[in-house]
Amino acid sequence: MSGAITPVTMPKFGLAMTEGKLADWLIQVGETVSAGQELADIETSKITNGYESPVSGVLRRQVVAAGETLPVGALLGVVADASVADDAIDAFIAEFQANNASADTEASAADAEPSTVSVDGLDIRVKDVGAAEGSQLPVLLIHGFGGDLTSWMLNQSALSHDRRVIAFDLPGHGESSKSAGEGKPSSFAGTVAKLLETLDADKVHVIGHSLGGAISLELARLAPEKVASLSLIAPAGLGPDVNMTFINGFISEDRRKTLEPILQLLVHDKSLISRRMIENIIRFKRLDGATGALRTIADACFPDGKQADNLRATLENYPGPVQVIWGENDEILSSAPAQSLPDKVAVSVLSETGHMPQMEKVSDVNKAISAFLEKND
Amino acid sequence: MQIARDILLRSYRSMRTIRDFEERLHVEFATGEIPGFVHLYCGEEASGVGVCANLTDTDTIASTHRGHGHCIAKGVGVDGMMAEIYGRSTGVCRGKGGSMHIADLSLGMLGANGIVGGGPPLICGAALSHKLLKDGGVAVAFYGDGASNEGSTLESLNLATVWQLPAIFVVEDNGYGEATGASYAVAGTQKARAEGFGMPYYECDGTDFFAVYETAGEAIKRARAGEGPAMVHVHLSRWYGHFEGDSMSYRIDGEVARERAERDCLVNFRRRTTEAGLLDAAALDEIDAAVKAEVEQSVVSAKAAPTPEDADLLKDVYVAY
Amino acid sequence: MSKKSFRQAINEALRLEMRRDPRVILMGEDVAGGRGGTSGVTDAWGGVLGVTKGLQTEFGEDRVFDTPISEASYIGAAAGAAATGLRPVAELMFVDFVGCCLDQIMNQAAKFRYMFGGKARTPLVIRAMYGAGFNAAAQHSQALYPLFTHIPGLKVVIPSSPYEAKGLLIEAIRDDDPVIFLENKVMYDDEEDVPDGSYTIPFGEANLTREGDDVTIVAFGRMVNFANEAADRLEKSGISCTVIDPRTTSPLDTGTILDCVADTGRLVIVDESSPRCNLATDVAALVAEEAFDALKAPIRRVVPPHTPVPFSSTLEALYMPNADKIEAAVKSVMSYRMKEEV
Repeated sequence: MSGAITPVTMPKFGLAMTEGKLADWLIQVGETVSAGQELADIETSKITNGYESPVSGVLRRQVVAAGETLPVGALLGVVADASVADDAIDAFIAEFQANNASADTEASAADAEPSTVSVDGLDIRVKDVGAAEGSQLPVLLIHGFGGDLTSWMLNQSALSHDRRVIAFDLPGHGESSKSAGEGKPSSFAGTVAKLLETLDADKVHVIGHSLGGAISLELARLAPEKVASLSLIAPAGLGPDVNMTFINGFISEDRRKTLEPILQLLVHDKSLISRRMIENIIRFKRLDGATGALRTIADACFPDGKQADNLRATLENYPGPVQVIWGENDEILSSAPAQSLPDKVAVSVLSETGHMPQMEKVSDVNKAISAFLEKND
Repeated sequence: MQIARDILLRSYRSMRTIRDFEERLHVEFATGEIPGFVHLYCGEEASGVGVCANLTDTDTIASTHRGHGHCIAKGVGVDGMMAEIYGRSTGVCRGKGGSMHIADLSLGMLGANGIVGGGPPLICGAALSHKLLKDGGVAVAFYGDGASNEGSTLESLNLATVWQLPAIFVVEDNGYGEATGASYAVAGTQKARAEGFGMPYYECDGTDFFAVYETAGEAIKRARAGEGPAMVHVHLSRWYGHFEGDSMSYRIDGEVARERAERDCLVNFRRRTTEAGLLDAAALDEIDAAVKAEVEQSVVSAKAAPTPEDADLLKDVYVAY
Repeated sequence: MSKKSFRQAINEALRLEMRRDPRVILMGEDVAGGRGGTSGVTDAWGGVLGVTKGLQTEFGEDRVFDTPISEASYIGAAAGAAATGLRPVAELMFVDFVGCCLDQIMNQAAKFRYMFGGKARTPLVIRAMYGAGFNAAAQHSQALYPLFTHIPGLKVVIPSSPYEAKGLLIEAIRDDDPVIFLENKVMYDDEEDVPDGSYTIPFGEANLTREGDDVTIVAFGRMVNFANEAADRLEKSGISCTVIDPRTTSPLDTGTILDCVADTGRLVIVDESSPRCNLATDVAALVAEEAFDALKAPIRRVVPPHTPVPFSSTLEALYMPNADKIEAAVKSVMSYRMKEEV
């Protein structure tokens, strides 16, 4: 029997997270958990997410009650074998709490705050994390329509252990300039190519989600020398259909009550759309020029309610490796095109998953991407 | 003009008390123990004291946010004032008013005032009372160059003449309304304003007790005799910021130091009275020592005094309700 | 996006709108400070609490200027300028000083549009600070928003946080009606994440800062923070509250208030202003009239007593609504039983 005691601490989802709320315990004191089993729901300003137990054992203590908000690294509970004495658990907690303050400071010091760079006269917000040196090629993350760099909050740090990972806000999105230009994937791809030059990233693995997938394909066409591989998550550009209820509702609805059902179209598990996530999207949409930019993009990309660009030929002509990840239950861009892609494309269709696999199936997507990147460095 | 020795001694004591009281507040405020904010009267002592030396308890004054000096000059006790500034139940307003609202109507002190230009209309009313009740009293509004631009002040000048009130408008012109210079904010002149409203205009050096005493005395005598209102324009300087914490970057370096060195009303008073043989230095030294002890004691008492009772919150909203 | 104080958020809103629209001007007592001083230093204060610091330096004395201490004339001048092509933001410093210029607000600016048959626009913003908590005593501590709310033609905004302040102030400056924008003086150093760019928060749209099933708490301005604190504590004892921040008292988002009361059946209203004819009585009347059937308990108001604001720290603390008083009110409505149930 092992005498090891494992602290369960407030996890950090993405680098910007400094605190989280323990929304609910999913395991009660005295119950046995296995490694990877969800221990608790953690709510951040962006989403609610399950926190998986780092080890197998018995949840011996819940140090924190549901509803409390704590900094990253704070002790939530303790997992240990049933044979470990209560005294030892108590001593462990006391010692942990005594040392906790310093650990906190170190964690926050490691945070990379987003910065703003100028590209073509536009301010582009960039979050650039991970190792700048080493042989591994960097990764560029391109979010979708209405998203921003925090769309990757559960992926960016996970992928950055051994490489540089760059996320940014597309023009018109997040905190970048609210000018969407022509609003087409090809025009965005031109800006992205220049962004890579500005950031001194000569060649990158490109990961694109939704509209960001179409932009990734256009980038591969315009600047193939910069694109080491393509990972396309629920990409636009491979089929005609798009859910215009979502597109139009996302642009026009500005109250929580009416926006919530629109945002729920994004995910299979509707409970993932937290009120804070909705609030953040409302806050984005209040920015001067935000809804105008979204409208420009929607008009350019989805005239007459259909996707304007068919990028299948681009996909076929791109010489590098490609993988496509799609949610089986995607209500925004149907996963149907995933069935008829060229053989060279590695395809995974995830069950019980909507339009946001990188959020709904974090570990599956991170694992698939990590393996794909390693193979293609 | 021959001023009685007891008036001189009393006036010196008042000015010294104001100075020590305010200098002490400057120190105590910085410790964070005093709630709210305070506005200090240092440098202006001769104005309030010079005017009030012509008044009795029957007469009324109205003051400003910078009111401690006027209160002391009108005879309000230092203990009660200090306790009030500390928010204690022993304060002259039972801890419910604070620095900006010290008042003692039994002494004809109608209150310091948190509203710029709040005093002059009230003084018209006080003067009306004196006139109609025929008690022989006069009413004096102290206000700054800043307040001289309030509509309420200008309307009061008009009203006082229309009603021929025994009202005196003392403009304490320290050159600044908060952080804005009078050279910018005051159009025309105070003299032209007084004349425009049909009342006589007097002016004097506000750091010279004798000048203030005599000039105000003339205006007050006139009003007391039923000859109507007057304006007394007193030129002086503020030694501290608008409020404690104001860095006064709008004033040129050395301005305050020069004022302190050259226009200290206490130093000038002592020199003039001792050189002329009106008072001896020992008597003044005695006052200095007594005042020092009195101010010290007021702080000790204030700190030790109880805070108001919870029940005091609901008291005195109305006389009856 | 970065952490900004309430003070910085307001400064930034003014700065961004002044850059965007040359008709926006700023006036008030010492909004810059130093004019006419012997040192020649301008922008010496940037407002008595530093809220407008740096604006005169950026926009010059033609657009950011100090006024004499003459509220009736400069507030009136701002109204007149608004009716004739400028978009003034006039600062009244302490809202208590409205006594010196109420006519220009109440009888002039507020009435132009209606009285002139819809032919006038008065894009005027009057900023002022309100509220107790600083021992500023009876003439510098009042929460006078009910006074303005009472006057048709005025819009009244009470932001509850830095994020809210910036978005609501930009909305106020772009609005074509006279807007009274009230800042709680105790909140200037409160910080939260605020976007760097311009954004607007629409008037008349309440914000739900907490959502729950048992009790609806309507709170105004700084009281929203106390209500949130109380709601978070109550959550732990099993009582879940909705907290409504109406953001603007005129227009008032009556729909959201009624919807939430319909859901919870219980209402507590938290208002820092004097209790007679205040926003709490206004909201209580609304709910009594429109949602009587939904109520499971009497409406409770958490308000100060009907007294001036006392100076002494102990009395001021007693005077103010706070999280403890809100918590007690919520518990009292939760434990209420209708007579027939007893």
